[in-house]
Amino acid sequence: MSFKFTEENLKRIEEARKKYPTSLAAVMPAIYIAQEQNGYITNEVMEEIANVLGISKVDVLSVVTFYTMFHTKPVGKYHIQVCTNVSCMLRGAYEIWDLIKNKLGIDHMEVTPDGKFSLEEVECMGACGYAPMIAINEDYYENLTKEKVEEILNSLSKE
Amino acid sequence: MERIVLPEIPNLDDIEVYLSNGGFEAAKKAFSQSPDDIIDQVKKSGLRGRGGAAFLTGLKWSFMPKTTDKPKYLCINGDESEPGSFKDRQIFEYNPFQLIEGAIITCYAIGAQTAYLYIRGEYHKWIKLMQKAIDTAYARGFLGEKMKSTFGIDFYCNLYIHKGAGAYICGEESSLMNSIEGLRGYPRVKPPFPAQRGLWGCPTTINNVETITNVPPIILKGWEWFSKIGAPKHPGTLLYGVSGHVNKPGVYELPTGILLTDLIYNYAGGIIGNKKIKCVIPGGTSMPPLRGDQIEGVRMDAESLKAAGSAIGTAGVIVMDEDTDLLKVLLRIAHFYHHESCGQCTPCREGTGWMEKILQRIADGNGTSKDLDLLISVANNIEGNTICALGDAAAWPVKFMIQRFRDEFEKYVKKEIKIPVQNKVHSMRFTKFPLS
Repeated sequence: MSFKFTEENLKRIEEARKKYPTSLAAVMPAIYIAQEQNGYITNEVMEEIANVLGISKVDVLSVVTFYTMFHTKPVGKYHIQVCTNVSCMLRGAYEIWDLIKNKLGIDHMEVTPDGKFSLEEVECMGACGYAPMIAINEDYYENLTKEKVEEILNSLSKE
Repeated sequence: MERIVLPEIPNLDDIEVYLSNGGFEAAKKAFSQSPDDIIDQVKKSGLRGRGGAAFLTGLKWSFMPKTTDKPKYLCINGDESEPGSFKDRQIFEYNPFQLIEGAIITCYAIGAQTAYLYIRGEYHKWIKLMQKAIDTAYARGFLGEKMKSTFGIDFYCNLYIHKGAGAYICGEESSLMNSIEGLRGYPRVKPPFPAQRGLWGCPTTINNVETITNVPPIILKGWEWFSKIGAPKHPGTLLYGVSGHVNKPGVYELPTGILLTDLIYNYAGGIIGNKKIKCVIPGGTSMPPLRGDQIEGVRMDAESLKAAGSAIGTAGVIVMDEDTDLLKVLLRIAHFYHHESCGQCTPCREGTGWMEKILQRIADGNGTSKDLDLLISVANNIEGNTICALGDAAAWPVKFMIQRFRDEFEKYVKKEIKIPVQNKVHSMRFTKFPLS
């Protein structure tokens, strides 16, 4: 399956390109834009990024595989990230992790069969004072209790 | 008590409010002086980096070469991935223009025309807020070429956000530069230091977000004023992020050198359920933990904490009550560093994994006293033997946690473990543990 950037996204990459003296430096913004358009990064996507920026494909691959926020497999419509690092753990993050895991029936980096939810155990998200927390896609949900998590999951399931 | 970085002024993220409270006055004052004067004032103020190493900011700036035909760069580190620290996001949200003002003053002082603000990728919300503030600053002529007419000077600079993508290591300065260049976030060997060869081989200064935000008040109110706040050798205020088992977790801006107990009991509301403290990590998980019965009289500044056997780090204070399972905590910390090790240096890549596995073995009930010594030995072999400080950061919590809470950890291990070897042939393949 071939992948082509939309016109608008090509313009966005061009804008990002202007911030840096080299094309290579625009690779991270370009991967973000590609991930937004395609959902995850495939070989074809990496090839297209390399073509657009005029860099080699291996440069794109090396960056994609280094950073945890670039996905090489599809994630759910709602990608749930649970922080279980120390500050969150002290305030019950593993209870929330278990709850979500059991409720959705999926484990770390798995997707529900309907493709609606995926789950990831993440490292510190910088919300230590508002622990425990989860992030769903780009939004933080802080100061959670099990009840609040149930509520969030139920409201998302209904959609 | 005066707050420098997060003043108690509502809606300071609105440029009109910021301007009516003396916004960009410091920049005007700075541009009427020479760059060397600015560096000199920051030096005299005693401002030290807020990102962990507490290095003297003015001194760092003075390392930038005065004459060079290469462009110079400023990197502002907002990667903020140290577990326990969540301070920079407060600046992005509540006082973004002071950060921008600090950035342009710093650019002027070191002669940089481009500044990159590196913000961790997970901070989508704060990246948007910060981008909005930067766009406003451009529109109002506080950034970009318009600065020339706004301030009437022959100088301008650009400020761009570079979004990280979930790598703890990118908070390390040379790794951060590689990340901006579009490479894997591998730390670089030092020397050469960034001031000689940084971004794209050009002279570069890297400062923390909080450090840069401290600059405008220093210029506006003078270095004498700043140097008198807090601890003399580490002046100013810190954004203390208190988390864990306290009643009121959160970020508190207070002078340096306050009592740790004061911070925990008076500001953060004490321990939940009035329990005793078992352990406190004073500066994010990388820093050596302190025993709860040894925090009396410990002050929160670089020198005092060093004397107490820890370090100020990012001032992210994690408090654990008497019922905390320290093995679980240490296992979680070890897992974190194993996950985040970039894989360049063998001691760190392998050692962090070993430490996690040994701790897991202890947690499974199969540990012996020897394992505790083994952990300390592994930690000692990582420390100081890696390119960047992640090795030390991974080794310290393990080493000091076990040394300082040996009594606690002895409870989890047995004197010896008998390993049933069913096969007559001693094959390591079928034994979970090394044969003694």
